[in-house]
Amino acid sequence: MSHWIIVPVVLPALLAAFIVLLCRFNLTVQRALSTAGTAVMVVIATGLMLRAGTGAIDVYELGDWPAPFGIVLVADRLATMMVLLTSVLALAVVLYVIGTGWDKRGRHFHALFQFQLMGVCGAFLTGDAFNLFVFFEVLLIASYGLMIHSGGPVRLRAGMQYVVYNLLGSTLFLFALGTIYAVTGTLNMADLADRVAQLPTDDTALLRVGATLLILVFAVKAAVLPLHFWLPASYSNAPAPVAALFAIMTKVGAYAMLRFLTLVFPPDLEATQGLFDFWLQPAAMLTLIAGMVGVLGARRLDRLAAFAVIGSMGTLLTSISLLTPQGTQAALFYILHSTFASATLFLIVGLVQAGRGGAGGRIEALAPIARNGLVAGLFFISAIALSGVPPLSGFVGKLMVLDAARAASGPYWPVWTAILVTSLIAIVGFARAGSTVFWKANESAAAAAHPEAPPATGLSIVAIGGIMVLLVALTVLAGPVMAFMGETTDQLYNTTGYISAVLGDGEAAQ
Amino acid sequence: MEAMVASAVGVLTAAGLYLVLRLRTFPVIIGLSLLTYAVNVFLFGSGGLVVNEPPIWHEHDNSYTDPLPQALVLTAIVISFGMTAVSVVIALAAYLSGDDDSINMTPGEAEDDAP
Repeated sequence: MSHWIIVPVVLPALLAAFIVLLCRFNLTVQRALSTAGTAVMVVIATGLMLRAGTGAIDVYELGDWPAPFGIVLVADRLATMMVLLTSVLALAVVLYVIGTGWDKRGRHFHALFQFQLMGVCGAFLTGDAFNLFVFFEVLLIASYGLMIHSGGPVRLRAGMQYVVYNLLGSTLFLFALGTIYAVTGTLNMADLADRVAQLPTDDTALLRVGATLLILVFAVKAAVLPLHFWLPASYSNAPAPVAALFAIMTKVGAYAMLRFLTLVFPPDLEATQGLFDFWLQPAAMLTLIAGMVGVLGARRLDRLAAFAVIGSMGTLLTSISLLTPQGTQAALFYILHSTFASATLFLIVGLVQAGRGGAGGRIEALAPIARNGLVAGLFFISAIALSGVPPLSGFVGKLMVLDAARAASGPYWPVWTAILVTSLIAIVGFARAGSTVFWKANESAAAAAHPEAPPATGLSIVAIGGIMVLLVALTVLAGPVMAFMGETTDQLYNTTGYISAVLGDGEAAQ
Repeated sequence: MEAMVASAVGVLTAAGLYLVLRLRTFPVIIGLSLLTYAVNVFLFGSGGLVVNEPPIWHEHDNSYTDPLPQALVLTAIVISFGMTAVSVVIALAAYLSGDDDSINMTPGEAEDDAP
């Protein structure tokens, strides 16, 4: 049993406590510790993923309690890949924060940031449903602090809405877990999969209620259409780097959905037949349409970015809701792409807002910001990635979602229509916003009207550029990445490997 | 007893949901705490309701109450307490800085703020 599995949870937790207790007045030390900690996380996550890439499923039993009784952390391909994605994104965000000085505008940014990392990594690694709830709460309570970082009345009220919505989601989560525990008598995911499969088929009403509630909770986190109302206001009012980090939070919902729909309630399970397939896909497609129409209709850059997140979650969930291995494979690729692409958009919008000084993020032609050309170029690349136009990975990802929809049973034209038409709407939306903000700015006033705003520093450009290099790499190396995603999908659908890895150790220890 | 606990959960949930839908932050927070009470009682009952039995299995005496829901409830209570405290603080900060405790944001505010 390797202790490395728990390091992505313990390291940020210790670091955050250390930052709060010992260096809360010294920003330089905080920055150094936060950057170093996140860089170490990247290295460890890479190691874990290389280990899981061999096909091994490592199980870490907390307190050495055997599996169905104690809590386990499970490092399989999907979990380690998500941890690596989180830490890479976090590293870029930390560099951006230092470059733009966001951490000077309020207290405890780095401590909250590390706690947030702890929650996200824990949620990906855990193999216990109740522990998943606990890590959800950890990441949420840190996100409440980050969301209202540096304050302001509007941001605080948006934060209040965000908190209330997520507390309701947490309550629903507990109701779902209680129902599932009452039916099965366990909350360990592997044990749950085992027992749900053995449940008598004429006595599944309560389980179906629990399963639906659980998927609804994940749908709240993933911002699926009728439950997405919390996202635009909170993401657009959060500080830019925090919103960029939140790009991984919607993916936590998608990850949990993917995990439960393959492991615990697989598509061929009789007890939950007809529960998810008939509403999940229409809801996902409506999410996609609402997101991209929102991009077109947004009057502020930050709201545009928030709606772009909803749109890309729609594409991702459309692919997940096909409930086929090919759809899952495409969804996994799209998770990587969508996280990076939406994070860059938030970071760039943050640069524009900072460059305009007090003028904010309205989409209208104000005087050009400092380094207008560079920021405009970055916005252009990010818009290409998010709307899914060649040559970047958004195009490759959407192509594979389309292909998976064609291969799946049932008519594929609704998916094709939704994805292709919304791509066009997104292109128009991004083109309108970009040309107004960056090009018309040059015509309106040649004189620099924002002398008080400092130009974007090199470090923040490096952070955005770094993520863009990863987007390009994702496009160039799409073949090898897809091969890895194929293996990950095999591991997800071949649940006996996961179940025996978790429960097998327990039986041996007894 | 089952009917009593079940109706208690139902009444608490209904009252909580009604209050959560109010427009001011104070009733919303009260509603959230009522909802967490409801879910705590619900979790407590999820292992089956047993009276006057220890939460320990004994080989000579087969009657015991399920200990796991008690542990779950303990965790849920701690978490919901902390969350309620955080929401009170944020609500107070929003009220004191904006001089308005309504929970909704008018579209004009969201459009015109300058963070």
